[in-house]
Amino acid sequence: MFRIHNLFFGITLILLSAIAPEVQAQTDNDAIMMNKQQWCNGITYDHAQWNDYWEGTFKRTNQNIGTLTTQSVMAMSNYGITSNLNLLAGVPYVWTDASAGTLHGMKGFQDLSLFLKWKPITVDLRKGQLSLFAIVGFSTPTNNYEIGFLPMSIGLGSTNIMWRGMAYYRRGIFFVRASGTYIWRSNVSLDQTSYYTTQLNTTNQVEMPNQLTFNGSVGIYKKYLIAELMVDNLTTLGGFDIRKNDMPFVSNRMNATSIGAHVKYTFPFDTHLSVLAASNYVLTGRNVGQTLDFSIGMFYAFYLKKHAPISTTTLNKTN
Amino acid sequence: MKKKYAFLVIPAFLLILVPFSCKKTISGATANIPALDAGNEDLNAGNWKTFLLSRPDSFAVAAPSATNSTAYLAELNEIKGYQQNLSSSQQQQIKYWVAGGVLRWNEIMRGLVAKYNLPPYQEANGTYPIPNSNNPFAYPLFPFANPPYASRAYAYVSAAQYDALIACWYYKSLYNRPAPYKVDSTIKAAVTVTALPSYPSEAAVLAGVTAEMMKLLFPDEIANIEQLAIDQEQATIMAGAAVRSDIVAGEALGRQVADLFIARGRADNAGKAVGTPANWANFVTQTLSEGQIPWYSLESPQRPPMLPLFGSVKSFLIDSETVAALIPGPPPASGSQQMIEETEEVYNYVKNPSRDNIKLVEYWADGAGTYTPPGHWNAIAAADFIQQNYSEIRWARNMALLNLTLMDAAIVCWSTKYKYFNARPSQLNPSIKTLTGIPNFPSYISGHSTFTGAAATLLGHIIPARAAAYMQMAQQAALSRLVGGIHYRSDIDVGLQTGISVGGYAVQRAEIDGAE
Repeated sequence: MFRIHNLFFGITLILLSAIAPEVQAQTDNDAIMMNKQQWCNGITYDHAQWNDYWEGTFKRTNQNIGTLTTQSVMAMSNYGITSNLNLLAGVPYVWTDASAGTLHGMKGFQDLSLFLKWKPITVDLRKGQLSLFAIVGFSTPTNNYEIGFLPMSIGLGSTNIMWRGMAYYRRGIFFVRASGTYIWRSNVSLDQTSYYTTQLNTTNQVEMPNQLTFNGSVGIYKKYLIAELMVDNLTTLGGFDIRKNDMPFVSNRMNATSIGAHVKYTFPFDTHLSVLAASNYVLTGRNVGQTLDFSIGMFYAFYLKKHAPISTTTLNKTN
Repeated sequence: MKKKYAFLVIPAFLLILVPFSCKKTISGATANIPALDAGNEDLNAGNWKTFLLSRPDSFAVAAPSATNSTAYLAELNEIKGYQQNLSSSQQQQIKYWVAGGVLRWNEIMRGLVAKYNLPPYQEANGTYPIPNSNNPFAYPLFPFANPPYASRAYAYVSAAQYDALIACWYYKSLYNRPAPYKVDSTIKAAVTVTALPSYPSEAAVLAGVTAEMMKLLFPDEIANIEQLAIDQEQATIMAGAAVRSDIVAGEALGRQVADLFIARGRADNAGKAVGTPANWANFVTQTLSEGQIPWYSLESPQRPPMLPLFGSVKSFLIDSETVAALIPGPPPASGSQQMIEETEEVYNYVKNPSRDNIKLVEYWADGAGTYTPPGHWNAIAAADFIQQNYSEIRWARNMALLNLTLMDAAIVCWSTKYKYFNARPSQLNPSIKTLTGIPNFPSYISGHSTFTGAAATLLGHIIPARAAAYMQMAQQAALSRLVGGIHYRSDIDVGLQTGISVGGYAVQRAEIDGAE
């Protein structure tokens, strides 16, 4: 049901990972919509790790970090205002750990995300059906967690607004989907009063570059099962490279291309319930970790008002 | 979609206005400060006590042309030529430099230290290459501007600027040639109008002395810094504050003074501070023979200790006997009850750190990639000095005292660290995880505590109204190292006391240098 808004959760969460712990679910980057007054809630667990990372374009390990593991548990909620207008929300609790060295792990609640997902257009073609979506999202830290201690920090601390356009084509049980997103990120404040990027900045304010992402996937969509393979790209529109043997920093130019597989299964014996599993891997990147992540989640959907019995066809409607 | 949902959808998509209305450009703390405005021009500063210059007139500066001479009048046209049509970038350039030469060079030095303060990356075989001043452009670039190196770099530049400005002030008084804006009323002054004579130009002296010092301290940056020196000189002319002959005489004087400091720097033992593998092994053997647990590198691959012989660097303010006398007694013995309790205390701080503690640690960390703790105190001092309306030479004198005492703090601290070579808390208890990186040198005494004790003592003498505030900052900085899990209580307490003692020598010097 919920895909952890790949960008906010993924990027802010995994810093050196960029794209995302994708927990498949409905939400900001798929074509599933809740029906009117249908409400879906769930929890996902994500485990992401990297050994290799890119210092600029130089791929290396760091024996003073070893394997950097980021885990999270995320609560998500998704409500169908109408069957073409959904409101999504989520907040994760994140904790980090380095398997080597002496750096202390960090933990805490991270960023709250809200999305409005609108499907204004569905067109029946001679073969298949095309839907277009417009999504706007907002995320902001739920507290003043430390951002100056990368890669141990649980997030980057910026308040983000994103706009996404998405197209979804389905024919029979097959579908293909593509989306593009622009993310505006607010500036952030450090605890320290000075920092070096490509020059010394005598302020605690950091200018955060905006980002672009693209996502494409192909999959099958059946009565109880949705499975897809996807490719994601993140490009940060500015920022600087991690200097040689330096630590990462919030305003690094973080780019990544990753592949993923996502599966969502609705139980035939109780179609309120669904589970999902996903995995993603960063193929290539810049100033990010070569993250491999796995996630699992479970969701429960029901109608707020008395309604006809939920059928899987209703649940899996795309319009 | 029904109209009632428009209230949700339309505002949501109107968030598109945010990027256009929220400006994200940031500016530094000193981006918009006014021109230097000295309450007192310190016209007698030619008599102040120098560090290396034997007399203020050791280097000859020829008498300038009279202000009614043809030569001088011709020079005024260079200023007028600029002032006919200053572009906005030229106005920015003027505004930047007239805020204060000592201030701007101090900011530039902090930037250089931050740029070069990165530990070398290991070779494939797990050993570490060492920066080589004879091949400074080869990786790892020379220098590795770690805290001791940085303290020495700040100190040499500040002391050289100070001595050079004493000579400059001597000749200003001697020749008493007024500034161009006093000679010709059509010349606009972008600086604060004063009675200070302009020959030789103090801005040019600073440009010359600082650029020249790069040959010793940041050889890869000579090209960049020479360009900045030209920018400062051009800005001073455009500002109507100096003619070309003021600049030429000033720059030449500055470079000659710098050469004295460079010669001293090449023989002050800093070049040997890295030590040899035999030295490094000897520290371990020595410590074991004393029945103590020796320091070892917590980096992987293990890295040789940082500048173990820095304690032998020649101080400006204190002699080597005094350095030896300032070294405190030993830390608690390995395995002693006190050491067990102190280690436990460190663990208790980091096992579940509060956000406030994390903030304290990050605020004062000044670790790899930054301008170092001495740089942080330069930033604190500079921000406060801006409010004090000092003359350029008093700025230079105060910065010199601050940086010389910080260098002395490094010398005494490093002498102590390598005399006792004791283990970090994470060695005695590997469960101790830290809130900042553990620097690659022994624990006792804490560098931060020694630096901040010395800086707070000296700055508290220069600005007595802030003395209590500086000491409180010093205590916070020292505490941050315990709270961060990288030091024991003894390291910070004894370190702070030692730093305060070191600072006392700078205060003694301040009382007799003629500036008070």
